[in-house]
Amino acid sequence: MGVFDFLVAYLPFIAQGSTVTLQLTLFSFALGFVTAMPLVAANLFGVLPARLLSRSYVEVVRGTPLLVQLFLIYFGLPSIGIKFDAMTASILALGLNSAAYQAEIFRSAIKGIPESQFLAAESLGFTKLQTFRYVVMPQAVRIALPALVNEFVTLIKESALASIIGIVEITRRADYVAAYTFRAFEAYLAAAIIYFVLCYFFSYGARYIEAKTRIPGYKGG
Amino acid sequence: MAEDYILVMEDIVAGYEGHKVLRGVTIKVRRGERVVVMGPSGSGKSTLLKTAVLLVKPWSGRIVLDGEEITRKGVDLRKVRAKTGFVFQSYNLFPHMTVLENIVLPQVIVKKVSREKAVEKAHQVLREVGLEGVENKYPLQLSGGQQQRVAIARALAMEPKIFFLDEPTSALDPELKEEVLNTLEKIAREGIAMLIVTHELDFAEDVADRIVFMENGVVVEEGDPHKVLYNPEKERTREFLRSIRRRRLAAPQASQE
Repeated sequence: MGVFDFLVAYLPFIAQGSTVTLQLTLFSFALGFVTAMPLVAANLFGVLPARLLSRSYVEVVRGTPLLVQLFLIYFGLPSIGIKFDAMTASILALGLNSAAYQAEIFRSAIKGIPESQFLAAESLGFTKLQTFRYVVMPQAVRIALPALVNEFVTLIKESALASIIGIVEITRRADYVAAYTFRAFEAYLAAAIIYFVLCYFFSYGARYIEAKTRIPGYKGG
Repeated sequence: MAEDYILVMEDIVAGYEGHKVLRGVTIKVRRGERVVVMGPSGSGKSTLLKTAVLLVKPWSGRIVLDGEEITRKGVDLRKVRAKTGFVFQSYNLFPHMTVLENIVLPQVIVKKVSREKAVEKAHQVLREVGLEGVENKYPLQLSGGQQQRVAIARALAMEPKIFFLDEPTSALDPELKEEVLNTLEKIAREGIAMLIVTHELDFAEDVADRIVFMENGVVVEEGDPHKVLYNPEKERTREFLRSIRRRRLAAPQASQE
């Protein structure tokens, strides 16, 4: 069987793992987003202990391998009586990891908004919350969008780590095919093609959204 | 009487992070009075305006706005801002909102006006500043002069009792300056109190009831516009006016080169 015939035969089976890969990615991204918001708020507007806590979280998470974080949650926590199934542990590890990166993305996006915008809102009588809701976030999300998409695409790829603890997603299905056919190269090539298509699809979609949400008249990056 | 004044700032000391800018400024603005503040860069003119609305918190001194001391503890900043309109040098419009939304949103969320009334008011103030038909454009699609007029409209829509204008034309080309100055002159005729920082001598002469000259964070001289502009008492004021007039004369020559 040539490579092409192999792909025709096994690619659909491996591609079925996309559903689980996307579930992992979407839930992790959402968890990351929800966790990132208080982290950013604490970092930028919080009192000193909150700022330190937020910064420490970001540093520790970014300074340790995701695989180790996954193992800590899946294999480590049961020793203190906290047990998660493989799917939950994977979403937790990926999501809490992504939170640190998303927090940094939003922090720099908010920092990119000129001071004059805050001053204008303040001069008009906006509360801090109204300034955040109507002035800061709509602009920050636009600034952050390319980096957020990048983070989403990174999560698609990193979700492959969940296969190690038994989640049957794209990579795990490629493992099965490799073991069954003894043709590891073709099996993982198929997985690579599926990942690439997924990532490309989301990157392209994001470019479309970016163009649609661009501030009219804005000439910068 | 204090009630005659919309704004009283007494012995104000203020600055930024340890750097003292205002060194004991006292300034009073009557209801409906238009006061122009002039002075060299770094004299504290912008800081004076920002301090008046507590965008910069004074280190000491007392500010009374519309009969209420706003420098006391626990003052409701929203009430302060509801009485004041501020126009910045660089317009500071919200770039992600249409012109209409820039004017409607503050009315709806700060003044709690219904959306219909806010939209109606927005159209009215845009007419006042001579900008009909740009409601659905975004600020960055407009010229600098148009953006500044939208900023003026946005502040007007909040129906302030006093208007603060911080060098509203200094970021604009000469022809765009003219349209903004005409708009401001029109508003000035309506009798709203104004505290204006500007280097535009003709405009100052046309609209000001009084001119205040500042340097190094203190008021050096103040009085009738004609007197301050043409026959100032202090040598420093004379020197400053000379330099502005020289610059104005040199500007057309420079642009021809």
